[in-house]
Amino acid sequence: MSTLSFHDVRVRYGSHTVLDDVSLEVADGQTVGLVGESGCGKSTLARAAVGLAPLTGGQILLDGRPVPNRGRRPVQMVFQDPYSSLDPRMTVGESLAEAMPERLGRTARQAEITRLLALVHLDAARAADLPVRLSGGQRQRVALARALAARPQVILADEITSALDVSVQGAVLNLIRDMRRDLGLSMLFISHNLAVVRYVADHVAVLHNGQIVEFGPTAQVLGAPRHDYTRHLLAAIPGAVPLKEQT
Amino acid sequence: MRAARVLLRPVGFAGFGLLTLVLLAAAFGPVLWGGRAAAVDTGNLLAGPSAEHWIGTDNLGRDLFARVLVAARLSIVLAVAATAISLVLGILLGAAPMLLGRRLGRLVTSAVNVLVAFPGLLLVLFFAVVFGVGARGAALAVGVAGAPAFARLCHTLMAAVSERDYIAVARIAGVSRIRVLLRHVLPNVAEPLIVNATMAAGGVLLTFAGLSFLGLGVQSPSYDWGKLMQDGLNGIYVHPLAALAPGIAVVLAGLAFNLTGEAFAAVFGLGDLPGGARPLEEPREPVAATPAVPGTVLSVEGLRVTIPGPAGPIRAVRGVTFALSDGEAVGVVGESGSGKSLTALAVAGLIEPPVRVEAGHLVVAGEDLMAAGAHRRLGTSLAIVFQDPMTSFNPAHRVGPQLAEVSRFHQRMGRKAALARAVDRLRAVRIREPERRARQYPFEFSGGMRQRAMIGMGLMGDPRLIIADEPTTALDVTVQRQVLELLAEVRRDTGAALLLISHDVSVVTDVCDRVLVMYAGRVVEELPAKDLRTLARHPYTRALVAAVPDMDTDLSRPLAVIPGLPADPVHVPAGCAFAPRCPLADDHCRAVAPALVAGVACHKSTEVPV
Repeated sequence: MSTLSFHDVRVRYGSHTVLDDVSLEVADGQTVGLVGESGCGKSTLARAAVGLAPLTGGQILLDGRPVPNRGRRPVQMVFQDPYSSLDPRMTVGESLAEAMPERLGRTARQAEITRLLALVHLDAARAADLPVRLSGGQRQRVALARALAARPQVILADEITSALDVSVQGAVLNLIRDMRRDLGLSMLFISHNLAVVRYVADHVAVLHNGQIVEFGPTAQVLGAPRHDYTRHLLAAIPGAVPLKEQT
Repeated sequence: MRAARVLLRPVGFAGFGLLTLVLLAAAFGPVLWGGRAAAVDTGNLLAGPSAEHWIGTDNLGRDLFARVLVAARLSIVLAVAATAISLVLGILLGAAPMLLGRRLGRLVTSAVNVLVAFPGLLLVLFFAVVFGVGARGAALAVGVAGAPAFARLCHTLMAAVSERDYIAVARIAGVSRIRVLLRHVLPNVAEPLIVNATMAAGGVLLTFAGLSFLGLGVQSPSYDWGKLMQDGLNGIYVHPLAALAPGIAVVLAGLAFNLTGEAFAAVFGLGDLPGGARPLEEPREPVAATPAVPGTVLSVEGLRVTIPGPAGPIRAVRGVTFALSDGEAVGVVGESGSGKSLTALAVAGLIEPPVRVEAGHLVVAGEDLMAAGAHRRLGTSLAIVFQDPMTSFNPAHRVGPQLAEVSRFHQRMGRKAALARAVDRLRAVRIREPERRARQYPFEFSGGMRQRAMIGMGLMGDPRLIIADEPTTALDVTVQRQVLELLAEVRRDTGAALLLISHDVSVVTDVCDRVLVMYAGRVVEELPAKDLRTLARHPYTRALVAAVPDMDTDLSRPLAVIPGLPADPVHVPAGCAFAPRCPLADDHCRAVAPALVAGVACHKSTEVPV
């Protein structure tokens, strides 16, 4: 695994600035949580790192070298909606095989598929299934396995639990923590849910209107926030502060 | 197998039957009747129908019936070839934005859009002149002229598919553009393309007949149906069948293609309801009508919602009983498929056949919704807030008049008075500059503002009950908080009761007095909201609460998970629906469904340590 760093990244669509000089580092073996409201540019940052969003300025480096945005990316991304991220006409095994970096023989490929499915706690027999036979949580695990199949150096997880039911969300979060422990994954974990980020991330970056307003160790940022916006976010969590009726 | 279902429809059967006959004629016609069609009989020139020549002979005395059959091959081959040219060119042009990149792709798309605007026949004639007369020229002309329509179709279909995340995933994985097109895009647009191509083939057949008839198509000595028609035209008043017979052949073959296409379209779900759902056949179980609980604004007993499904009826709600007192706030929590949203929709009277709603009684603000016409009498006593505020407003109308409509319809207010009330209500839900906002369209509102306006719409009358189905799920946490605060405030000001549906345990505990926990269409536990985290007795409730990380979750331990999968609503087990996933379940749990007694539906509730 390696270090992914964003240097003064700027993304604009026409006159609208989505990301404004964002600098952020996902260090080797670390999970960095990225939080913020919808439309603040969280997803754009991840999409820029894999070449799906064009940079207007700045650069994104992997171990000091620009991340290639053609061919197989050393940075892989997992998307929010597991119902949209798997081709409905390809079996789980075919989807995983497509992401593998080298063309393997039949048996080697089967072995690799079994290994990947085991990593995400799925039965090897699932390889022959089409996505329609899987539940949302199982699909999301396949999506994670597919990202791992490409042997990435960094994984970008974009709201990967927000489309899932709460009981399934727990299983996926446990899986993320297991994978980091066992594989030493570097990961940028994007979520609007602070409690989820608190559970999986070592560091947290707070993105507001295209700028990072606070960055630091999770316990520090969420426990003793220094920026007003972070405090505002924390106060909005249901159950954090009793609801006040507006007067 | 969906393809087999094509044959089960009358249209599909007729289409396929005809198509088989036409294709058989095309395949074997020249072999079987080729000799007869070419045999010159100088003693029988331009003869009428006879026992020997069913529809007569042509000017060389050749048998016309045999010639019509033999002409099938050339006609069909040309039509299929031209359609194939259209299809391939169309796919290439339609895929241009994907293959060539944004800028060049846009150029191609604009060119296609211009070409689509030309009348098809004009293009055909233009290309026919360019490619020259004769069968090959005509095939090229018809094929090329048909390409823009296919290109437009492909472009639209592919644009929809290429927005899916799996396309992005494949690109990130380094799959080349052409492979993405071949492996991911084409298979996912194939069905509508095939359907359209089949139908287009019918049209192309007619175009060809037209071209040959005009003398631009097939030239002597070859002949297709159009050419036969042209030859027969000279004697139309003497031997009408000579011209009509090839015409009938064109009509039959065209019908064969079109009917087959129609049948495919119906089965593959283009312009048809999701097929295969069996209507609910079983007789209604008799439900004893019961009186409403007195002093309640909402009283439901034994509510059942059943949806017809392809694998049998889906019992989404299986006997739910609860009541809300005036001004009370009750939350319903559960995961997807628990039946919580359908419960809310049934209570709001918004479920229509074929979905079936049954209940002992379902009384809202004194009106029994199971009786006819109750919904109209209910008027504005009931307000509803949905999850997605974008779809609950009509995007084509301004917000103010949409709110005003409620008062004009239910309270018979004048236009001006109703609009003034709408502005007043927008102000009440804390929308700034309500006069200006009332003149705006829904898309000019942010998500949170739309949700406020929706609440404002509920406040146009004098609601006694507000039903909110996941009102904040689509909103950011900060906006969610504002909307929840607004709901609390509205309750305080109007004294309305609130039925809040949510998957989020913490939202419900924040807002509600009492919580109903639903699993597999039943209420499994009912308890005060403040006790949800600490005093829950049902194993599912406890697991649900434990599975959600909050800001105090122990980071050193894995999150609690619920093993197994949610109950399949088509085959709900006989006993407790949660038993297959429950650590405490025994044989009794699996055999006998527990009733909701003293707030919990669990045989083991006494064994759960609190």
